[in-house]
Amino acid sequence: MGLGNLFLGFRRSNRLLLPVMMLILGLVLTVNFLDWNQGPQSFFSGMLTIDNFSVAFTGIVLLTALVLVPFSQKYVLDEEANLAEYYSLLLFSMVGAIMLVSYNHLLMLFLGIEILSVAMYVLAGSDKRNVRSNEAALKYFLMGAFFTGILLFGMALVYGATGTFELSSISFAAQNPVNATLRPMLYIGMLLMLLGMAFKVGAAPFHFWTPDVYEGTPTFFTAFMSTVVKVAGFAAWLKLLVQAFPAASAQGVWLPTLTAMCVLTLLVGNVGAVAQTSVKRMLAYSSISHAGYLLVALVAFNGALEGPTANGIMFYLLAYSVATVTAFAVLKLVADARHREDYAGFNGLAKTNPLLAFCLTISMLSLAGIPLTGGFFGKFFVFMAAVENGYIGLVVFAVVMSMVSIYYYLRPIIAMYMRDADEETAVPVPVTTFQSGALLVLALLTVLLGVLPGLLAGVL
Amino acid sequence: MLTVLLLLWPVTAALLLHFFKGKSARVAALGAALLEFALALYAAGLSGANLTQGGDISPKFEANYSWIPSAGISFHVGMDGLSLLLVLLTTLLVPIILLSAFRRNFENESVFYALVLFMQTGLIGVFTAQDAFLFYFMWEVALIPIYFLAGVWGGVERARITFKFFLYTIIGSLFMLAGFVYLYFQTGPTVDGLSAHNASLSAFYNLNLPAETQLWVFWLIFAAFAVKMPLFPFHTWQPDTYTDAPAPATMLLAGIMLKMGIYGCMRWLLPVVPLGVDYWQNLILILAVIGIIYGAIIAIRQPDMKRLIAFSSLSHVGLMIAGVFSLTQLGLQGASIQMLAHGINVVGLFFIADAIERRTGTRNIADLGGLTRQAPVLTVCFLVLLLGTVALPLTNGFVGEFLLLAGVYQHNAWLGAVAGLTIILSAVYLLRMFQRVMLGPDSAHSATFTDLSGAELAVLVPLIVLVFWIGVFPNMFLHLSEGSVLGILGEVVKR
Repeated sequence: MGLGNLFLGFRRSNRLLLPVMMLILGLVLTVNFLDWNQGPQSFFSGMLTIDNFSVAFTGIVLLTALVLVPFSQKYVLDEEANLAEYYSLLLFSMVGAIMLVSYNHLLMLFLGIEILSVAMYVLAGSDKRNVRSNEAALKYFLMGAFFTGILLFGMALVYGATGTFELSSISFAAQNPVNATLRPMLYIGMLLMLLGMAFKVGAAPFHFWTPDVYEGTPTFFTAFMSTVVKVAGFAAWLKLLVQAFPAASAQGVWLPTLTAMCVLTLLVGNVGAVAQTSVKRMLAYSSISHAGYLLVALVAFNGALEGPTANGIMFYLLAYSVATVTAFAVLKLVADARHREDYAGFNGLAKTNPLLAFCLTISMLSLAGIPLTGGFFGKFFVFMAAVENGYIGLVVFAVVMSMVSIYYYLRPIIAMYMRDADEETAVPVPVTTFQSGALLVLALLTVLLGVLPGLLAGVL
Repeated sequence: MLTVLLLLWPVTAALLLHFFKGKSARVAALGAALLEFALALYAAGLSGANLTQGGDISPKFEANYSWIPSAGISFHVGMDGLSLLLVLLTTLLVPIILLSAFRRNFENESVFYALVLFMQTGLIGVFTAQDAFLFYFMWEVALIPIYFLAGVWGGVERARITFKFFLYTIIGSLFMLAGFVYLYFQTGPTVDGLSAHNASLSAFYNLNLPAETQLWVFWLIFAAFAVKMPLFPFHTWQPDTYTDAPAPATMLLAGIMLKMGIYGCMRWLLPVVPLGVDYWQNLILILAVIGIIYGAIIAIRQPDMKRLIAFSSLSHVGLMIAGVFSLTQLGLQGASIQMLAHGINVVGLFFIADAIERRTGTRNIADLGGLTRQAPVLTVCFLVLLLGTVALPLTNGFVGEFLLLAGVYQHNAWLGAVAGLTIILSAVYLLRMFQRVMLGPDSAHSATFTDLSGAELAVLVPLIVLVFWIGVFPNMFLHLSEGSVLGILGEVVKR
């Protein structure tokens, strides 16, 4: 885990930064996979554990960042932007994300969340001359701080009830209580932690910040928020659920809340997305709905941290991240060139930029869960696991909701291919070769995941 | 191995097509499709003899690769007689459809042709899949290209119409997926023991589910097929889509894609939930017969040629559905050969409607008339295809419709009698169209009308040859599917 430290301390020269940043990320990604199948290794006196689970999720986080970075090009040319600071903040947040996927101690969970969030608060407001961006940062910060408090309070109560911060010890203590009167305290602590985590991944009813913050934040960082933060958040939540509060100790408390949250999140995310006119807000609601599908997997989770269900979640998050990054990247390029973020801004894109249109189409189909794309198999694995564990009603609801989602994911495709642009927007969107390459790689990755899911189906 | 080759070649060709620009793309696409047809013919030649054995449902040219080993899902393909028949239909019609598109100059031609070839992979996949999830996967692979073909190159209303089409079909197929998932969890472990369940066709055939389960699983699976075929009242997407899509896409939809639904019923519904089929049989038969009458009556009143053919297709598909659900050997055999015949006839009719529209700029029957004098060859071709559709003896339609009606009659004489109206009604609306368009008083267009060109004849001549060939020598095609049909019926009555 010493890797994390590698991230720090880089600054200087705007033009060099982009390649250097990619180099670092690529390097760390490689180093990360050296830990594959090395068995669990502990760092910082057992507070962090690197195992296949954490290596896989770190891989997703780093890969996402790596392919996102080329789209920050606009800032490279912008004299006023403080690129070096953005990059170091991004790297900081990566450290937080990596801690979140490999923590073994509640303290590390808290530190991870804070490192990740604080960097994000700043980045949300990085477009400092824009009122929206400021609003986003403020909103995100206030709400975030509030829920961090709740999370911390929950941790304190859990500590009070069990006397430990260690995940496995909490699980043990919860199942063999020394003092039965402490039980309510443990449960309240658990619930509060649940609320804190729900906020971080944007699950309903704690999703209200998502659309506004996503909309105000510069698109490049929104993409980061809706992928890296979500992947790390879900991995952390999964660890918490499996290692600290397994079914035996807390099912009666944890599960009904989680199920209710899941249903609500699916409903809010999908129905909310239908009503949007801005693609960016649609993607914000879409990210809520995907949190809902992942909650289905959390509710139905059964077994160890490394098994088919966890593998399904990993597959889902990978497919989701790849598709979301593509969507935001195309949105950013189009919005920068045409200065609008609504569906009509995409009109006729298939004629002016066939490649962008193609990549966005693949991404939308993947998010909608249509076969030939990774998104289909992500949903397929997650839902199959849920059916296998007996949550048929929940899966039926989720499938109905994903039928609804087809409506709004098709709208950009219809705009790009079936409507013509008006004269002022009918000019090609400028894209560098490098960016086209990155987009193409992402699209191909989505298709690869959708055609040969077996490659990643049994790794965890 | 041959099946895998048949599957992979079109998609590979579709990818390679991006290296061709403009007019060379269409030639390359046609070449690829012809090669595919030759491959299918070769397969038919190899297996022609052993496929005619009675009751043999086991697939030939099998290939079985592990696809998602941890879930027991495999890339398992193979062809029995019925599959081969439909693969032949697909590989025959795709080059003809490609050739028919030559007269139109589409924007981004290479993409257009690549999508057609891509769709071919999906279609062949559907007809050869031996694994439920592979079947579902291919089912959707066939949908995505046709959505774009109809949506990008379609008429004015294309965004709304293709959206409806896409939603209808995908919701239908999600129900089917749900049904497959349910069945999957009822199956036993795979041979290699890696997974607790497996999704192979044979495992589904051996399920023996209790009757009350089959009653609702039937509808889950049937939803996808009912929308695709389409069965009345799931047809509302069909006339608009057929009318608004560009002619080649309409031909793909009507000529091949609707056969996915009928094939699906025969392969993935009847033998899998026989008790459910038995229970719902009469309801489906009645709906199918309503569809026959309903489609025909609307076709009689239809002013638009393309729309008229669309409704006529709805009517004829009703008869095929009725034949399948009569659960008789005659009905299933009739449906098999009628799939072939209908594919040929409907593609021909849509091509002629398109040829007339290209020359005159209108599809409106009232605006046309007296075209015969300028175009005798077109008139003859039109008449032959029309008579094939009306099921005149010696044409391909006769064999199919006769067997279908005999099958339905065997099950229930009254239904058979009502379904028999299809022949009379289709004669009414098709001949009415023919009279008004080709004969009758001269219209504004008849003076400038030109006869078929060489390229157009190249499309129609193979179709017309087949109209007679199947009509005169139906046995070689009937033999091809006989083994499969007996096998399917054997699975149905086993319970």
